[in-house]
Amino acid sequence: MTPKFRDLLALEPLTADELTFLLDQSKPFEEIQRHPLKKLATLRGKTIALAFFENSTRTRISFGTAASRLGADTMNLQAEASSVKKGESLLDTIYTLNAMKPDCLVMRHASSGSADFVARHLDIPVINAGDGTHEHPSQGLLDALTIRNRKGTLENLNVTILGDIQHSRVARSNIHLLGKFGCRFTLCGPAMWVPRELEKIGPPAAQMRRVFRIEEALEGADVVLVLRVQTERLHEPALSASDYILLYQLNAERLRRAKPDAIVLHPGPMNRGIEISPEVADGPQSCVLEQVTNGIAVRMALLFLLVAGAAEDSSDPPNETEQPRNRRSTDVKDPSHASR
Amino acid sequence: MRILEKAQLMSASEVDRTLQRLAHEIVEKSGGTKHLALIGIRRRGVPLAQRIAQAMRGIDGVEIPVGILDITLYRDDLSKVAPQAVLQSSDIPFSVDNMDLVLVDDVLYTGRTIRAAMNGLFDLGRPKRVSLCVLIDRGHREMPIEAQYVGRTVQTSDTEIIEVRLREIDHEERVVLVDRVE
Repeated sequence: MTPKFRDLLALEPLTADELTFLLDQSKPFEEIQRHPLKKLATLRGKTIALAFFENSTRTRISFGTAASRLGADTMNLQAEASSVKKGESLLDTIYTLNAMKPDCLVMRHASSGSADFVARHLDIPVINAGDGTHEHPSQGLLDALTIRNRKGTLENLNVTILGDIQHSRVARSNIHLLGKFGCRFTLCGPAMWVPRELEKIGPPAAQMRRVFRIEEALEGADVVLVLRVQTERLHEPALSASDYILLYQLNAERLRRAKPDAIVLHPGPMNRGIEISPEVADGPQSCVLEQVTNGIAVRMALLFLLVAGAAEDSSDPPNETEQPRNRRSTDVKDPSHASR
Repeated sequence: MRILEKAQLMSASEVDRTLQRLAHEIVEKSGGTKHLALIGIRRRGVPLAQRIAQAMRGIDGVEIPVGILDITLYRDDLSKVAPQAVLQSSDIPFSVDNMDLVLVDDVLYTGRTIRAAMNGLFDLGRPKRVSLCVLIDRGHREMPIEAQYVGRTVQTSDTEIIEVRLREIDHEERVVLVDRVE
């Protein structure tokens, strides 16, 4: 049975089978990244609204590129330049965007739960592109795709997460996804960023441990996920940038504690020389640029799944050959009729 | 609505003989197998292309490359046919530039699948020539598309369906004409 998706708000509620399905659906789009001609017409006439209430460069460009490679158009809302600055409420902004009739909304917002809140008020699919410290599901998927490509599996890996885990939606999405495949997690960072509660955020069976010495945390790791350190948080008197580098930077010497074939992921943008040394960032174990390429494939798969399939439920089964049950009526002359 | 089997169009051995003949025709009309490659359209075009390639090996002793094309992304009726269509990978492990490609599918009907397949192929490069080989041509074209290599032409009505059942996918092998009765 093929899983059905209406929105993509979080990875936490998805099963291992559903997650595997999403990763498998990204494979054909990985191939398309290698084609000389990368543009498809699959979502021609569809519009994807990109509403970023919080700053983002790469995620917005990645979703925008994914949409345009599928042939869709995008409408962009950026918080700094928008009426949000003039005091419009979130729901009013969303209703206004929705009145322009997009076929899907991709949104990022600083409040945890905001994507879920908006999805309950809209009848178009919503993709969460990051909500506060809650989740960043497409990042979790692209990380998993990168890991699966390099390791051949997601099962039973030792995953070490370094940095500000407390405030990281990327860490949460990764834990919710990889935890369902039996991965073991080692969380490491300054104590104030790795509170004890984090041991309980994964799936019930997931093994989680907190370690405060980076050398110990890296021992036996298959995957090292380095989180971006928000430098504004380093100005706290409790921790200076130079202390952070001294205690928690992933450098080549420390990385040798991990398995020889361990891989290093970073969601970007990197603070080169703070949380990761340039040597590691550019080294053979680094997957940083693969993550970016895979991000487009994952996001194309999500848009394809939620937008192309968003028709009214038809009782007809998908027909592999050229003989759909009611061929005469399937000519799509006006693509807008195909939306729900 | 019931599905009624009206006639068997081909038995397993007839399918086999037809593929042998098609392999001969392709080799003959292509004037050499040097730049020749077969592209099977998912799903049932894939085993057919592989079997034709195998038959060609018997004729010419040469290995003809076989690619697999999934046309889902190129359909013009996506949201109508399948709510949330499932994608599969295309696998064309050679450059299509300057190749003499033969698309292989089980049934040629409206021509829309072939239109989609050609769009997919041209995203990969610029083949020298593209021709089409089908097991059954059942008429009712909606596009200016014709097959160069046809196993059998069958007159059909609009409500009828041709089911090509292949042992690799369906665990039986025959071609049947079925009809829908209210």
